[in-house]
Amino acid sequence: MHLSLFLPELVLILMVVVLFFASLGNIKAGSLQGITLVLAALATLAAVATFKQQGLMFYEAYRVDVYSQIFKIIITGSLFLVVFLGPGLSGVERQVKPEYYLFLTISSMGLVFLSSAVELLTILLSLEISSYALYVIIPLRRQDGFRIQMEAGIKYVLFGAFSTGITLFGISYIFGLTHSTYLTDLTKVIPGLLTSQPLAIIGMVMMLCGFFYKLAMFPMHFWTPDIYQGAANETTTFIATVPKVGAVALLIRLVFLVGVDVSQFTWVLAAFAVLSMTIGNLSALVQNDLKRLLAYSSIAHAGYVMVGILSVGELGTSSAIYYILGYVIMNLACFYAIYNLAPEGGNVTFADLKGLHRRSPLLAFTLGAGAFGMAGIPPTVGFTGKFVVFTAAIQKGFYALVILGVINAAISAFYYLKMVRAAYSQDDEQQQDKVSLGISAQLLGIALILAIVLIGIFPQSFIELAKQAVAVL
Amino acid sequence: MEQYLIYNTLSYPILSVVLGIPLVGALIAIFLKGDGLLKSWGLLVTLVTAVVSLPLYIRFDPSTAKYQFAEVYRWFPALHLNFSVGVDGISVLLVLLTTFVMPLCILCSWNYIKDRFKEFIFVVLVMEAAMLGVFICLNTFLFYIFWEAMLIPMYLLIAVWGGQRKDYASIKFFIYTLTGSVFLLVAIIALFIKTGTFFIPELMAHHYSYQYQMWIFLACALAFAIKIPMFPLHTWLPAAHVEAPTAGSVILASILLKMGGYGFLRFCLPMAPAAALTCMPYLLALSIMSIIFGGYLALGQSDIKKLIAYSSVGHMGFVTLGIFLLNVQGIKGAMLQMINHGITTGALFICIGIIYERTHSREIKDNSALGMMMPIYITFLGIFTLSSFAFPGTNSFVGELLVLIGAFSKYKLVGALAIPGAILAAAYMLRLFQKMAWADSDGHAHHHDDGDHHALKDLNGREIVTLLFLTVFVFWIGLHPAPLLKVMDASVTHLVDQVNSGMQHLPPMEHHEHHAWLLQVGSLLKKLVVF
Repeated sequence: MHLSLFLPELVLILMVVVLFFASLGNIKAGSLQGITLVLAALATLAAVATFKQQGLMFYEAYRVDVYSQIFKIIITGSLFLVVFLGPGLSGVERQVKPEYYLFLTISSMGLVFLSSAVELLTILLSLEISSYALYVIIPLRRQDGFRIQMEAGIKYVLFGAFSTGITLFGISYIFGLTHSTYLTDLTKVIPGLLTSQPLAIIGMVMMLCGFFYKLAMFPMHFWTPDIYQGAANETTTFIATVPKVGAVALLIRLVFLVGVDVSQFTWVLAAFAVLSMTIGNLSALVQNDLKRLLAYSSIAHAGYVMVGILSVGELGTSSAIYYILGYVIMNLACFYAIYNLAPEGGNVTFADLKGLHRRSPLLAFTLGAGAFGMAGIPPTVGFTGKFVVFTAAIQKGFYALVILGVINAAISAFYYLKMVRAAYSQDDEQQQDKVSLGISAQLLGIALILAIVLIGIFPQSFIELAKQAVAVL
Repeated sequence: MEQYLIYNTLSYPILSVVLGIPLVGALIAIFLKGDGLLKSWGLLVTLVTAVVSLPLYIRFDPSTAKYQFAEVYRWFPALHLNFSVGVDGISVLLVLLTTFVMPLCILCSWNYIKDRFKEFIFVVLVMEAAMLGVFICLNTFLFYIFWEAMLIPMYLLIAVWGGQRKDYASIKFFIYTLTGSVFLLVAIIALFIKTGTFFIPELMAHHYSYQYQMWIFLACALAFAIKIPMFPLHTWLPAAHVEAPTAGSVILASILLKMGGYGFLRFCLPMAPAAALTCMPYLLALSIMSIIFGGYLALGQSDIKKLIAYSSVGHMGFVTLGIFLLNVQGIKGAMLQMINHGITTGALFICIGIIYERTHSREIKDNSALGMMMPIYITFLGIFTLSSFAFPGTNSFVGELLVLIGAFSKYKLVGALAIPGAILAAAYMLRLFQKMAWADSDGHAHHHDDGDHHALKDLNGREIVTLLFLTVFVFWIGLHPAPLLKVMDASVTHLVDQVNSGMQHLPPMEHHEHHAWLLQVGSLLKKLVVF
């Protein structure tokens, strides 16, 4: 076993230790964020440095290859951005700020493990490490006389436990049928079993439920709006981005197990994808709280990602990776606006957006870029993502799926546009106070806008990377 | 790829430059300060674009249907995607229309736009780049990107600088257009999967099965019918026109609506000729409905802007009528009609903007009897009114005449049904002009009248220049349309050949059936008339 293979994980473990000691002492919020940022940047660098590494570790339960490393880069990079985005943690109780960063890191660590895990129990453990840390940080919102965060925390735990139970149940079926928990063994027998044993399909779908839960996809999406609304803005930003990347990493691995042509299984996933898009988009139309709206929008986007995942193949799978990358960036742009609009850490509604273009042009523009991107309007990464996903799906002959997908895209434009409209065209006499942004926040806003547009216009190198990653699966 | 293109031989990549100037201008505008400077900058950028685009007309070779001034760059090899641009006889005129109308949009907004000038100039310039992109690109993927990218600035133009119901109008515009164009996206992807290319000329050369053509045709036609807009998908247009600021209305009327017609000519006809032949009677019927309903609704409006908006529906009905006659006169007439509508209706919207700046009302009754106070204005309004209902000697006459010749030479009934539309146009335009020029000639019709009849200032130099420029084109095209027709000649003939080659792919029964369908409608109408 070569330790350098494990470098990003080691850095994250170091980060956990440092933050643990920080939680014992009394460190100022500013320097705490500084330390966390430096360590998160180091973790990202470590992931980049080990990009070309390959190898198996821990009794072959842990595999390092281009595929896992690309997800590690996205996860650690997103962690960095999430920490960067919320300076001062204004929405979190003062005395638990070090603990907050600690659990944030543990959760990311679990997801990093997840992207390399190739054995079912390792997968489950990684998933649980990431979930348990989140169970802790959701109620850590500053209490201003309301206990909505407690409700959110309880719901997240209950739904999480429920979905883990289903996943374990599914794993037991698969283990019973195949007598192995190693994905390499499963690949050989699962495709045959799926055609002969209906139980295998049930087992596979149940096993995937745990990841549907993380991705907020139908039928495990019920928790999303309440948790998004109840958790602190920083926490929601994290939940909305990083765990989804981990979930996609594993979903792709597990769907690849099945191989290309198992129609019943594909139809189940396709139905979930369509229901996810439709439920998400229709419910988002009537939301007033922006975080709730983005929660439903994330359910819808899970559906689009699923379209890419189930179009198994070079283009389909790499399109899913590209899409989730774009989704993370666009989501960060929206949450960036929400975070900066609510310096007290409260929730943001449409009324708070009014006249934003006057109060802070940059914030309004970032929100606009994020919203137009998620609606899939060119020239943004959201459009290119949808385009490659749908191209892959048509290549596979899923015409109905694509048509339902584009109809959904048209529906979704309405509520994304509502955000832009509130920010740009509705003026409110009472809301005239300027929103002040620090220099680092301004830089982040500009960087997000540039990323949304440039990755959308020049997707070539990203798709190439994703294809390299898919090639090793 | 070479057999379709004539590479650019000018000393500079003209199409990229034309596309790039507004884009760079928009980026520079972000860093400029001061309304006066921004206005001048916007005018300068659009004027330079117009001047730079002139060689497209001067050096254009009308003897070939190939795409000229072409440039091809590698862009996204994973999907065999190139950045390829070029113009033929159909697109070159629309490119020039765009570059020449845009300076007027800045000029007519000089005092109309009161705040957020920086954003306004930025949005207008981005809009220009996106529209030019639609007309010059030779790649379906690029086409879709520009097509959709246009939505954002147009949406902002209406939503930010619009009138009272701007929220409603802007969202309606956006959702309508987006719904149509997502089906276009599916068609583009489906074509790509089938042929492995996004390159438009190659897609045209490919032969598709009849059923496949039908699906492609329907998906594309929906997008373009919404954009143009064709009855019964026109309802977004009056809302958007009424609420948009003058520049927005002008862009919408002069250029945006043309994209629907251009799309039909670029996608539907050459790529799905057999389907076009099958669907022809239905689309002709919808076109005639657009003409009649548009005119009829315009007749009942009391809001000047709404009246012109509905008249656009009628005019664009003539365009689709010409296109789906599928013969050379019809398509040439439709092309010319698109240019004419861009000039005349654009001018009428500028006229409305001018009067709205003075009286702050768009109602006819608030703007009546202007003849005494604003003689120059009324003169221009009169010219554009005549042009709007295709008075001989003006530009629209030539276009409508060609469409009607095409119609009568193909189906006499269709021609006969379109004639009432032309009469309606005269009725509503003359009614408008009569009220605005002469009604209540005691001169007390105005709220802002201080009593001695001089409250309303006549046009200033800037406004005269704006309208004079368009007047020149009204008479130039009206009296001497030959150069324009020559430019489009080769391309249109080529297009009609492409469509006719689709005849072989048509199941023979179908063709006769819809002939019979038309005849049936004809006999039914005859009975009605006799009855």
